[in-house]
Amino acid sequence: MATMVTSTKSVTKKGTGSGAKFPGPNGKKPGGNGWHGDDGSRRKFSPARYRITMWVVLAAVIMMFAALSSVYIMSVHGEQRVAMPHMFFASTGIILFSSWTLSRAKRSLQLEQSRRYVNWLLVTLALGLAFLSSQLIGWKELKDAGVYFVGQPHSSFFYFFTAVHGAHLLGGIFLLVFLLIKSSMNILKPETEKRNAWAAVVALYWHAMGAIWVWLFLLLLVLK
Amino acid sequence: MSETHEGVHRHPAPTGFIRKYIFSLDHKVIGIQYIILALAAVLVGMIMSLLMRLQLSWPGTNWPILETFFPTGAPGGLMTPEFYLSLVTMHGTIMVFFVLTTAPQGGFGNYFLPIQIGAEDMAFPVLNMMSFWVTFVGFIVILFAIVVEGNQSIGQWFAALGPSFVGGSGTVGPIGGWTGYAPLSALGKVAGPGQGAGMNFWVISIAIFCVGSLLGALNFITTLLNMRTKGMSLMRMPLTCWAWFTTAVLALLSFPVLLGGGILLLLDRVAGTSFFIPGGLYVSGLLSGSNPNFPLHTGGSPILWQHLFWFFGHPEVYIAILPGMGATSHILATFARKPVFGYRAMVFAIFAIGLLGFFVWGHHMFISGMSPYSAVAFSILTLSIGVPSAVKTFNWLGTLWGSRIRFTTAMLFALGFVSLFVAGGISGLILGQSSLDLAMHDTYIVTGHFHLVMGVASIFGMFAALYFWFPKMFGRFLGEGLGKFHFWITFIGVYCIFMPMHIMGIAGMPRRYSQFTEYEFLKGLHPLVVFVSVAAIITIATQFVFYFNVIWSVFKGKKAGDNPWEATTLEWNTATPPPHDNFAGILPTVYRGPYEFAVPGAPRDFIMQAEADSEVPGGNGHNGHKH
Repeated sequence: MATMVTSTKSVTKKGTGSGAKFPGPNGKKPGGNGWHGDDGSRRKFSPARYRITMWVVLAAVIMMFAALSSVYIMSVHGEQRVAMPHMFFASTGIILFSSWTLSRAKRSLQLEQSRRYVNWLLVTLALGLAFLSSQLIGWKELKDAGVYFVGQPHSSFFYFFTAVHGAHLLGGIFLLVFLLIKSSMNILKPETEKRNAWAAVVALYWHAMGAIWVWLFLLLLVLK
Repeated sequence: MSETHEGVHRHPAPTGFIRKYIFSLDHKVIGIQYIILALAAVLVGMIMSLLMRLQLSWPGTNWPILETFFPTGAPGGLMTPEFYLSLVTMHGTIMVFFVLTTAPQGGFGNYFLPIQIGAEDMAFPVLNMMSFWVTFVGFIVILFAIVVEGNQSIGQWFAALGPSFVGGSGTVGPIGGWTGYAPLSALGKVAGPGQGAGMNFWVISIAIFCVGSLLGALNFITTLLNMRTKGMSLMRMPLTCWAWFTTAVLALLSFPVLLGGGILLLLDRVAGTSFFIPGGLYVSGLLSGSNPNFPLHTGGSPILWQHLFWFFGHPEVYIAILPGMGATSHILATFARKPVFGYRAMVFAIFAIGLLGFFVWGHHMFISGMSPYSAVAFSILTLSIGVPSAVKTFNWLGTLWGSRIRFTTAMLFALGFVSLFVAGGISGLILGQSSLDLAMHDTYIVTGHFHLVMGVASIFGMFAALYFWFPKMFGRFLGEGLGKFHFWITFIGVYCIFMPMHIMGIAGMPRRYSQFTEYEFLKGLHPLVVFVSVAAIITIATQFVFYFNVIWSVFKGKKAGDNPWEATTLEWNTATPPPHDNFAGILPTVYRGPYEFAVPGAPRDFIMQAEADSEVPGGNGHNGHKH
């Protein structure tokens, strides 16, 4: 407070008050948050906005799975062992492979190979559907082994985790379909910034769903 | 320049009534919708608290109107204990979720965050609209939770969803408290009255609310990180924006946990799983598995629900209070005509409170049988929240120190916020210690504590915000005369209501009992109970003056200019009320921090954020002071 009242030097100094000096927050470039060009003019599209949003979405999704995982960890008492359905091993392989195919799709997009991009997307989509089918077959395996949704929390979690994860993966499948529709509409146009941004965030979501499944799979496999 | 213009008009101003006022994409309309929702919800919650006070101070009185509305909940006009408990539950749920979470963040945050950072709207307007309407659906569902049990015909409406959705069992609404503790909340009808269909709707409503809040939080975070205007660096943002941002982060990380827990609870109730239900449970004279009405449950843990609930529940109280802190800082500076004392410290204190809020949920569970070592850890972390809270309090006092205060109604409510936050926070230091909490946990001291510090303080933050921003939102002042009357009665009233509760609690009066006259050791306190009720009746009556003031002022209030308070931030740069794209096509550029009041050498006692040095009357003579 003293500086405010007594300082006479600062009065004559050229300056702009608190915060970083103008121009530019963070002392770098004007805007500094991905929304303005260097000349301060407004761009219509901000890829950063999509990226930030997807990370924020993933933070929420991860928090929910973290909470559910804690419930699982606290609910397992070793009283009832459930054998991991064989199909879940297969689905783990499928989803990991689909992450690789999607990364190929992204690569093709970077190389501006639209046809390849669409093909890899289709492969990824097929693998996503195969993953969901294998989860359903895994459910049948569980049921045949006498493990039902209603019962010990341990056995409920085999169904519950796969269902919640499957619902999120279904969201990813819709996103892939959306990318396909988008690319079919402007397949002849040059690559747009928007299309790349969408592809990047969908890939991010898809990889995250793969990672979450691997986590759930290991949790169910190791902690019994 | 033409490109700039194009970029700003991302969605044109709608013309039809529905697109303009109902399903609007405009963050300002959505903000007002949230505020209206909160004003409606707070009316419901307030009437419930009135009914509770009437029951507590004059038990056994015949209220014929109660019988008219709730023939099964209040037979003969007498309130049943279950009816009282359902009032406790629904008062808490509606107030915490649909008032304290909606208005400060969804309401004022939605309206003013984009304007204060110099954006023309939220990052995702459609998402923003959905977040409100999802929340609105949640509110409708919670209203169903109230009526579905009390009325036989409404109880049949949702019978198609399954036997657990058949209501009409006699009470009004769920009786599990706003915390809905398992296992009773997880069992369904067998757990007794008030645990049937209404409880299903309660869980579903909370889950819907979680989704709505997540959509909102997403938008807030992206908007703030991505859409600040030129020159608006993070450390030049008003403290309100920091508070809304931190609140959004808290909501983003805590609501998914409640959503996950809520889904598990609902599955326990309707699908027969046992996530929160232990084996060998004996409830209502039945053993689990011995009766078709009470199927076998095994292996779950009811304490887990408490952990999940409070992992959300504690950040939730900061979700309620942080926007109030931001508004208070903002308003104190404006009417003290001084910069916020220690701006940076304020920002870090907001973050510290938010961060610590995630590590203290155990202090709600000291009596759950947790390990004393965990309890000590939770105690220490809880008490450490006192540090950033004290930083904020002393900085508010530092802002006021030696200033010439302009005592507007908004300023009075902001000062009231500081007073209530301190008065309520002090008892937090008592309750935060596990050894003391063990004795006091289920008594009225807890009720007094949290009502003062998160309930009424947050409400005062909202009142301050409404009186402050009303001229910008509607172009007219909220009546100052009625406002000051409203402030003084409410301020004295809430102290008269909640201070005696501390004494009652220390005397051992338990929470959630519908009647105390039966207990010999509490008979001496009955005059105090009546005193609290009288204070509550007067305070509640005063709120109708406020409602009248709002409605009257929207149409007939004194007209306001663009910057009636001589404030500095961007919302006062634009027209009153702001145009559809907030800044009429040209976004402002920010040249300085948010609280440039009483700058030495400047000819005027405030310099707005968007004023360049060359525009400041009197030339280049001023400089900002270090915050």
